[in-house]
Amino acid sequence: MIDRELTMSRAIVEAIGSEMRENEEVFYMGEDVADYGGIFDSTQGLLEEFGYDRIMDVPISETAYLGAAVGAAQQGMRPIAELMFVDFFGVAMDQIYNQMAKNTYMSGGSVSVPMVMTTAVGGTYSDAAQHSQTLYGTFAHLPGMKVVVPSTAYDAKGLMHNAIRDDDPVVYMYHKRLMGLGWLPAPAGPKTPVPEEDYTIPFGKADVKREGSDVTVVTLGLHVHRALDAAESLADDGVDVEVIDLRTLVPLDRKTVVESVEKTGRLVVVDEDYRSFGLSGEIVSAVADEALDSLEAVERVAMPDVPIPYARELEHEVQPDASDIETAVRNVR
Amino acid sequence: MPSVERLRALYADMVTARYYEERLQEEYLEGKQPAFDISAGPIPGELHLAAGQEAAAVGVCHHLRDDDVVTAPHRPHHVAIAKGIDLKRMTAEIFGRDTGLCSGKGGHMHLFDPDVNFACSGIIAEGCPPAVGAGLAAKKRNTDSVAVAYLGEGAIDQGGFFESLNFAAVHDLPVVFVVEDNDWAISMPQERVTDVESADTRADGFEMDGIRVDHDDAVAVYEAAAEAVGRARDGNGPTILSVQVHRRMGHFMGDPQSYRSDEDQEAALDRDSIERMEAHLRDHGLDDDDLGAVRAEAHQRVDDAIAWAKDQPKPDPDDAYEHVFTNPPSGVTDTEPDFDLAETGGEGE
Ligand SMILES: Cc1ncc(C[n+]2csc(CCOP(=O)(O)OP(=O)(O)O)c2C)c(N)n1
Repeated sequence: MIDRELTMSRAIVEAIGSEMRENEEVFYMGEDVADYGGIFDSTQGLLEEFGYDRIMDVPISETAYLGAAVGAAQQGMRPIAELMFVDFFGVAMDQIYNQMAKNTYMSGGSVSVPMVMTTAVGGTYSDAAQHSQTLYGTFAHLPGMKVVVPSTAYDAKGLMHNAIRDDDPVVYMYHKRLMGLGWLPAPAGPKTPVPEEDYTIPFGKADVKREGSDVTVVTLGLHVHRALDAAESLADDGVDVEVIDLRTLVPLDRKTVVESVEKTGRLVVVDEDYRSFGLSGEIVSAVADEALDSLEAVERVAMPDVPIPYARELEHEVQPDASDIETAVRNVR
Repeated sequence: MPSVERLRALYADMVTARYYEERLQEEYLEGKQPAFDISAGPIPGELHLAAGQEAAAVGVCHHLRDDDVVTAPHRPHHVAIAKGIDLKRMTAEIFGRDTGLCSGKGGHMHLFDPDVNFACSGIIAEGCPPAVGAGLAAKKRNTDSVAVAYLGEGAIDQGGFFESLNFAAVHDLPVVFVVEDNDWAISMPQERVTDVESADTRADGFEMDGIRVDHDDAVAVYEAAAEAVGRARDGNGPTILSVQVHRRMGHFMGDPQSYRSDEDQEAALDRDSIERMEAHLRDHGLDDDDLGAVRAEAHQRVDDAIAWAKDQPKPDPDDAYEHVFTNPPSGVTDTEPDFDLAETGGEGE
């Protein structure tokens, strides 16, 4: 029995600290990661132990420092580089996509890029279109990087250990609403018991967060908790929902999803990212490929194809919430 | 030295901007105390206040016309006010109302007022290339309008800024890059992220001019900007104008500033550009009553704008789907098609 609970940010920091202690070659770079401890508490307390050389504040030059992480990784170091908000990827996408993600392949496997790029995703607090995107699909769509999206503190720690030890570039996307920030209250779910010792969670293994026989809901990140809320209220009406947390997008655990739909026959995919050309279409297509005969009905609950608006009424309209999930589940029933 | 009328106008905009932010701060904190929850209260989202930076806004913008273009960063209110933005509609936008400048879609970091050619963006240094583009348009069309890109001293390390400098310089474009040097980029002091002491020296590598005003004196900024804006207007190319200002507040509302020493915060509060401006006005014969009258008028304008904004309707949720395109393609207006195998006669029951 583990008697301590951590927020997701504490769990992430614990994994990073432990890996840094074990391996001199691990270091962390980003804006406001030293004295501030990360705008989303992603490095709280690490400066005191490791100093400015290993917890490095960098100039506001994403191209330079994300590219520098690629270069250091190619030298065999294990950099972790933080992109404060995923929305800022645009100023540095060449280093992310043409260098970090491609060099292994283009070198015929003679080069590896063992780095982690951490980044915050998600909205729900009216920060408008340049600070609220989720962009799971963008990173998962472009080949060459592994993409990790934890939804609980327990998973966040195990996935971070795995990410740092992995020999490939990993994009580790944490939802702001799950971190347990003082200024942005989290739902209760992400704070979980977390063991003190190190452990890894393998990539490509989805987690069935709730078993059910009527409808499969596939999701990740913040929306795991919204789906669980929806499942609870549907249970009162006798609808038994299975909730699958994908945990990683690359690699994607298609098998768990397909097996679940073979059992329930009905699929709802929930994604905070844009609807078209993204994750929700990918999941539906995976099920259609492998279990079309079992598939009786499908719904997608996703961000419509609009930039994320500022005003609360507008953001609330486009952001999928628990009641949208509930409606979708009822529609496929 | 500017005329007394001009000094009075500079001062009016400075006190408008300062009081505006004080009032916004009050409104913003409503419902966010004692426990700060960014998603509560009447003003949504993040709020970056510019108190202490007014001199850099008025000193430059008072040389500009409505057809001159300004791009501002994430801390835009003081510049917006100096550029003559519609104060009421800006305020309605910040409150997320339907009649706001951007119909509630943009918010405080993304204000657009095409009537006075003002825009801002929350991505660091990314207002520079569009300002260069506005300068390019002016040159191609043979007009004498100019473009001004505002950025912070933290933004001068960003690639988009360097590329913009080179482009503007090689094409002799009418652009002024105004660097508001407030010593801090969130928690990062300048010396930890650049070896360059002052942003104006970035001009050296591009064969362009750089000017530094090393205190936040609106009159000194006004005089330096006369040179920079004049050069642009006369077709003689771009300038970097770097102005020392002070960040009186945290980076954003709710920033506990634990990275910043008390002395540094106090020093920022001690050096107030508004008091400095009042001294200039007194030198020109204005007395307390005159100053008080300017302030009273500014405060009234702000109070009116806030009252008006709070009275405005909230947006209709369905409007979230409008404005993705100016010319919406036909046939794809339904962004949430109802697709369901059972209904479409697939493998359904
Ligand atoms: C490309 C990009 N990277 C990082 C950020 C996050 N960010 C917002 S403001 C800021 C600091 C900016 O400092 P400075 O340019 O000095 O302006 P100031 O806030 O001091 O006015 C940072 C890092 C961003 N908005 N865009």
